[in-house]
Amino acid sequence: MHDDHDTGHDPRREKIRAWLSQARFFAEEVYSSRYRGAIARARRDEDDLFMLLVFSEMMGVPNPAAYYTLELQPLLLERFHDWHKRMGMERSPLDHFRCC
Amino acid sequence: MSAIVLLVLGLAGMAGGYFVYSKFIAEKIYRLDPDFKTPAHEYEDGVDFVPTNRFILWGHHFTSVAGAAPIVGPAIAVIWGWLPAFLWVVFGTIFFAGVHDFGAIWASVRNKAKSVGALTGDVVGSRARSIFMIVIFLVLLMVNAVFAVVIAGLMMNFSSAVVPVWGAILVALIIGQLIYRRMLSLPAVSVIGVIALYALIGLGPSVPLQMPAEVAGLSGNAVWILILFGYAAIASLLPVWVLLQPRDYINGLQLFIGLIVLYGAILLLNPSVVAPMVNSDVPAGTPSMLPLLFVTIACGAISGFHGLVSSGTTSKQLNKETDARFVGYFGAVGEGMLALAAILAATAGFASLADWQAMYTAFGAGGVNAFVEGGAFMIHNGLGLPEATAATLLTVMAALFAGTTMDTGLRLQRYIFQEWGEIYQQPWMKKSAPATLLAVGSCLLLAFGAGGADGTGGMIIWPLFGTTNQLLAGLTLLVITVMLVRLRRPMWYTLVPLCFLLVMTIAALLMQLRTFFNDGNYFLLFLDIVVLIAAIMVAMECAAALKRARTEMAEQGEG
Repeated sequence: MHDDHDTGHDPRREKIRAWLSQARFFAEEVYSSRYRGAIARARRDEDDLFMLLVFSEMMGVPNPAAYYTLELQPLLLERFHDWHKRMGMERSPLDHFRCC
Repeated sequence: MSAIVLLVLGLAGMAGGYFVYSKFIAEKIYRLDPDFKTPAHEYEDGVDFVPTNRFILWGHHFTSVAGAAPIVGPAIAVIWGWLPAFLWVVFGTIFFAGVHDFGAIWASVRNKAKSVGALTGDVVGSRARSIFMIVIFLVLLMVNAVFAVVIAGLMMNFSSAVVPVWGAILVALIIGQLIYRRMLSLPAVSVIGVIALYALIGLGPSVPLQMPAEVAGLSGNAVWILILFGYAAIASLLPVWVLLQPRDYINGLQLFIGLIVLYGAILLLNPSVVAPMVNSDVPAGTPSMLPLLFVTIACGAISGFHGLVSSGTTSKQLNKETDARFVGYFGAVGEGMLALAAILAATAGFASLADWQAMYTAFGAGGVNAFVEGGAFMIHNGLGLPEATAATLLTVMAALFAGTTMDTGLRLQRYIFQEWGEIYQQPWMKKSAPATLLAVGSCLLLAFGAGGADGTGGMIIWPLFGTTNQLLAGLTLLVITVMLVRLRRPMWYTLVPLCFLLVMTIAALLMQLRTFFNDGNYFLLFLDIVVLIAAIMVAMECAAALKRARTEMAEQGEG
């Protein structure tokens, strides 16, 4: 019994912990489920601006931070297709940078 | 008449509606299929489309649909006596609201979780969609104007609630930050938020803030309306997580606490209903109960606004189609319970009939003030809370609900203006700030245009707000009915409520037309005509769409 207590296996404590985590899950879901979409969209708008910054040099817009943003390009490639489609460009806007 | 008897009868009726009628509708009319792949699974993206546990979904659906309207409407309508309001709320919830809200979720889920607006275009036709947009704009315009007037009235009448109401906004801002920055877990934040809010409510009566009767030539009431719109304009421009989301969450908690406190007080005190069963001695100028009752109580009996929530966010998160019954119908039952509590507070919360009559001196005079005073009387005598604290509690509850609706309403109105900017190629209108200014300007025009410069007459538009809300419900019921006709299923369960709503709405509009004309209120006369035209267009659209659907079916049958 004593051992159980020490290693955190007290069934009562476990039960309370499970109940608390359940309560936490419920509260978080109720809190966020209604606004998840609106927040994700707002975040995407900010990310879109960041994409423009990172790829600006390639589109002929001088970017003093190009040396640093170049490093980020491979990381953002996954989102590139999604981004140019959303910006109303059916194909990749960059001549030397094919996407689809 | 004992309030407990009414309470038990009302709850039993609504429970019967849920266990019997909604089961019948689910099995025989909408024919829910547990194996149907809902849009939440089909298009799952972790953002909009997320399969959600039905209890959680019910929680957020219910707290989204329940607000100040199911309190204000019934509290005004008891002027005709408690029985008409009671019957309309109970039967309205069972046969109208439940079927409508549940049906809106079902219709949306069966159509890729599209919104009712889009469904009206797809199922009924593009003309109906245009009418839908106009009706939505009118609903939003009126809801913002009317709720600003309601909150301003509360601030003037219950000065003890001023500090807690504005303090609650600060509490919401802080808990929003705590949650966003993940400083504390949500249950801990909830407990802190509730304690802070109730500490403010307890503090309220000792720090009353009274707006002077006149400020710079404007009445105190008018100043509050201006402040409220200033606040709502700023709030609606903030990102949702900053204020709207935590506010909404606090309101949800408040809703449950408020319901428990009110029902508990009634059960412990068992007050008698002092208001007459049917009031034969209504104050002069009170319009006829038939048809006005059916537009005065919209939310609480049936409300078109619910269709927007049902098809907007709820349908995208439905885990199983069979959950629609619990989420939609039981959500309507929850709102009916709030309306029932409002009726009981406004009829049984007075010591004598004379006290009640002193509150209901004119149509629209009782309203939310009667709810607060009646409810406070019951909580004071039933639970022993000081009357001033109880009144502050209920005022804060009503004002916070109304405030959140204003915030959301202005946001939606701004989107509509921005969309118009897009359609009519007006780049300036596409920007948030000018679009918000236009939204606020149109609401202010209505709030002051309806009842004069002091803004106290703004409640005159309450029944007009009800009519637009019912028209919206009518359009949703039309979509469901057309779908049922195309599926060759019985259509009476949605068609009868639809026809009833349209007849009552048009009759109410015609009656009010005469009143506004006689009173020389040409501003509202114009607005009434606009709503009337929309109502007649909805009615004609219903007839045409149903005829078309039936002809299609007949042709298919022959083919």
